[in-house]
Amino acid sequence: MGHHWDFASVLANSDALLVGAAGTLRIFAICLVLGLGLGLPVGLARYARAKWAYLPATAFVEFFRNTPVLVQILWFYFALPILLPFETSPLAAASLGISLNSAAFSAEIYRGGIQSIEPGQWDGARALGMSFSQAMRRIILPQAIKRMLPALTNRAIEIFKMSTLASTVAYVELLQQGKLIASLNFNPIEAYTTVAAIFFAFLWPLVQATYLLERRMRRDE
Amino acid sequence: MNGALLLRVRGLSKRFGANEVLREIDLDVRGAERIAILGASGSGKSTLLRCLNFMELPTGGVIELDGKALGRERRPSERVYRESELTQVRQRVGMVFQQFNLFPHMTAIGNVMEGLRTVRRMPAAEARRRADKELARVGLADKASQYPAHLSGGQRQRVAIARALAMDPELLLFDEPTSALDPELVGEVLTVIRALAEEGRTMLLVTHELGFAYHFATRVIFLAEGRILEAGTPDAILKHPSEERTRAFIASHRQFTF
Repeated sequence: MGHHWDFASVLANSDALLVGAAGTLRIFAICLVLGLGLGLPVGLARYARAKWAYLPATAFVEFFRNTPVLVQILWFYFALPILLPFETSPLAAASLGISLNSAAFSAEIYRGGIQSIEPGQWDGARALGMSFSQAMRRIILPQAIKRMLPALTNRAIEIFKMSTLASTVAYVELLQQGKLIASLNFNPIEAYTTVAAIFFAFLWPLVQATYLLERRMRRDE
Repeated sequence: MNGALLLRVRGLSKRFGANEVLREIDLDVRGAERIAILGASGSGKSTLLRCLNFMELPTGGVIELDGKALGRERRPSERVYRESELTQVRQRVGMVFQQFNLFPHMTAIGNVMEGLRTVRRMPAAEARRRADKELARVGLADKASQYPAHLSGGQRQRVAIARALAMDPELLLFDEPTSALDPELVGEVLTVIRALAEEGRTMLLVTHELGFAYHFATRVIFLAEGRILEAGTPDAILKHPSEERTRAFIASHRQFTF
């Protein structure tokens, strides 16, 4: 088992890893905005009483929560172009899969956060003559978002890690570049260790921020 | 508007599933009237109040505000209400709650300005002047920048009253405004409500403070099982009730008087 660790061949490819890191950050940013952004209208629709809003939103959430992201990405990459008259790029397919999946999960966070606000807050807002959307925007969401922050940061961390699934459709991100380096230099131990270390360096501060948020939430209560 | 008919309620009913909470309530409210609504818990008094500004939608009957019937009839004895009409009504009929329902993410003055800014679309400077005036009226000018969490229960309820007053309501509804307060904080809230009475405001008050109701109200209504059991002057209802249940209720609330 005496492996002789040698990171020189990884360091020699640091520019490839840099390109990979840029790719990871790009897809992370896209999926973070789309995933958490789309989740809000879906979550609101899940909260709605009107069937035309509630039913499609529920179908969406159930579908994307109960199928693997990897299958969704492969479907958007290989199956969608057969059904529609255009190609999907690796970035588009992976972003769609990860974003829609995250939207389904974050929708449940939004819904739960909104439901956690005391009914008295709705009463207070409505008694002033506010419409539903005014009450939601001015009174309910500002309080709910605060309560949702820890769960939403967790979601962000998940999205960051899910971005590695984009390597299955050959999107250039950290894992994809790690695979490339490993196969060209026959150094999978060093290549994958380095990839894991880079992910750790990105995510550790994010996780610490989550702990901090959770502590502050407890203190406020 | 002194003495003019402001609110006319006919046959107001409310059921939650099989549970009939209000049965055929008739009520007229004239300008400058102050009506105290009494009754045991579960008698429907809070629901009655909440129906008057449509926080709860009536399941039967008609409510007229300034001579205009609200909602429109879909089937005999069933009315439908447009949300836009109800938000208009709620601007004219203010409400103060037992649990205050202040917005905890806004300061005291932020709470009072909120309706003016968001609903009335009043410019910030004008809304601030108005809110300052209302906070001063309830004796809290110096607490404008405090968050509700840093105010006492009595102060919170006074901010809530200022918030309702800022909207210039034609009718004010108080839903047990002192029931959630420690006894030593009840007085400051009742003092504010009494001052509003002296201004000639039209008010409906659900309360368990019989002594206050006696001095505050121009008329007292006693509810039992969703019906108006009896109504009349404070003297008639509180000192000479004609119904056995009214007598029992009043007796149970006076047992510690000394």
